[in-house]
Amino acid sequence: MVWKTALHHLLTNPPAPAVADSAQVQDLRARLKAASVIKLGRSLAIRHVPAGSCNGCELELRATQNLIHDLTQYGLSFTPSPRHADILLITGVAARNMVEAARQARAAMPDPAWVVALGDCAIDGGVFKSSPAVQGGADAIMPVDLVIPGCPPTPQQIVQSLLTLLEANSLEPMAKPRRVRSRGL
Amino acid sequence: MILLSPEDWAATQGKFIALWTDADYAYALYQPQQLVAVALQDGTYPALPHPGANWYQRLAHDLNGHTAQGATDTRPAIEHHRGPDFAAPWPDFPAPDVEGVHQIAVGPIHAGIIEPGHFRFSLLGEEVLKLEARLGYAHKGTLALMRGKSPRLAARYAARISGDATVAHSLAFAQAAESALDTTPPARAVYLRAIMAELERLANHTSDIGAIAADAGFAFLDARFALAREYICAAAATAFGHRLMMDIIIPGGVAGDIEPAGTEAIRDALAALESELPSLTRVFEDYASLQDRLIGTGIISPELAAAYHPGGYTGRASGQPHDARIEPGYPPYLDHPIHTPVQTEGDVAARLRIRLEEIPESIHLIRHWLHNLPTDALAYQLPPTTGMGLGVAESFRGPVWHWLHIENGAITTAFIADASALHWPLLEHAATTGIIADFPLINKSINASYSGVDL
Repeated sequence: MVWKTALHHLLTNPPAPAVADSAQVQDLRARLKAASVIKLGRSLAIRHVPAGSCNGCELELRATQNLIHDLTQYGLSFTPSPRHADILLITGVAARNMVEAARQARAAMPDPAWVVALGDCAIDGGVFKSSPAVQGGADAIMPVDLVIPGCPPTPQQIVQSLLTLLEANSLEPMAKPRRVRSRGL
Repeated sequence: MILLSPEDWAATQGKFIALWTDADYAYALYQPQQLVAVALQDGTYPALPHPGANWYQRLAHDLNGHTAQGATDTRPAIEHHRGPDFAAPWPDFPAPDVEGVHQIAVGPIHAGIIEPGHFRFSLLGEEVLKLEARLGYAHKGTLALMRGKSPRLAARYAARISGDATVAHSLAFAQAAESALDTTPPARAVYLRAIMAELERLANHTSDIGAIAADAGFAFLDARFALAREYICAAAATAFGHRLMMDIIIPGGVAGDIEPAGTEAIRDALAALESELPSLTRVFEDYASLQDRLIGTGIISPELAAAYHPGGYTGRASGQPHDARIEPGYPPYLDHPIHTPVQTEGDVAARLRIRLEEIPESIHLIRHWLHNLPTDALAYQLPPTTGMGLGVAESFRGPVWHWLHIENGAITTAFIADASALHWPLLEHAATTGIIADFPLINKSINASYSGVDL
């Protein structure tokens, strides 16, 4: 019975218009995003590349892994290999001496991949931008998908910004960050 | 500053700290604060025999094109000779002439969340025969950026020499500018600076001790020490408006006062650390498997340390008691006798014990100063005059020295010597006392700054 009805429906109804309506576009977007969620499993691996930082951003990046900020609870983890990475996270200016290595790391990543510039230096060179030893920010050497400003950004800002990137690429909104209450040392 | 003849320059005895050049002179700094100079002759100066001078002579060549006559080590320090496509040929890393030797190349991008640098290990099986570090990847041209700017403007660069020692570098820079322009900062600023410097020491000691434990497989210790560091940074943000206290110290004083709620936040963070520290320290003492990784690993012998006389815990664990807070000393430490722990084992465990011992001392100092904060001004204006000045601050990893030449209120030349310049060659030595698997532990126990020497 169902097959008959379906066949009848397909043969008698006019074909869909060539220009999709907005509701359909929305639907497609949702399906695409769902696909990316399936593909990425909402568990993104980050390869951090220091391209010429003062090591301030590294300190706060490491702090996102402590018991208070606990980035891993959202499915975001750091990986030593670009081959396993979905996100290339660049800190520091694009120092001339690091351009080659940073580009090699990006080239070693499988697509789809995102590039995140973390900190004021990675955005546009920060205080170092007029130096001849510096090419500028990360976007001077490769396309950047997300910037996280700050000198350095706080762990809270880093976690929030990375979740935004995740949200923009997933069907369902992320679960609210779990509140971690400190109980002293 | 004492101007020497080339013969006297090359024959100078003493504990070497740093060497640099400007347009006319080469300068060398010795402990406690003796600055000597020699006039450059066609862009050259006599090489110094101190082993620690090697890095600085290579750096002076890369930065200013000045050659040390008679230097045996002429490898580039930070210059990679990169072409328009940023590619550069790898330098030659000669391996020891031993049968069966092989090499492992690591970096510039490392496995963890750390700075960039290249390590070339020459190995016989697991045993490390030689380590050569190639640095310069984080070179940003900081010294050149400082030129032509007022000390207040250039302080932003000083704060970004090495982010983990931003307070110490800002302090050394401010003291150099104040010495050059004959200014004394207000007493309240001096005390606030010292509180920030000790907070920075605590934040780094706790985080690094935890990281060393994690490398030996003790994630629990890492979690607890990382939490202590987090509380200290959060308290610093409440007190001074920035978790790392960056850009708060400026030449002439401090850029802002401590928030009333900050005093309480700092006291809470200190109390939390103090109450948990004994039980955490006991873990280091009680677990044989942890001690097995730390004791006898990465040895820097007292004889080797005496040749380099490095600062900080790296020196103190190998019999070098130097602490810039005591000698040459600077306020407010001059009024408070500081206990500097010294050991002679020179291994990872000794460096770790020194850092554990320094924690209660810093807690005590911060509490004392918070209780006795003077109430005068926060900062004084610097006169736009001319002068030359040296400034030093004891960062968590050792003394950082800043040298400034200021003309009519603008910096004409600057040099910055991070303690790490003397730590890197010692890391290369220490790595050869163990197997390759111990290198992460040895590296973390010294924790030399890349950005601090790449400049």
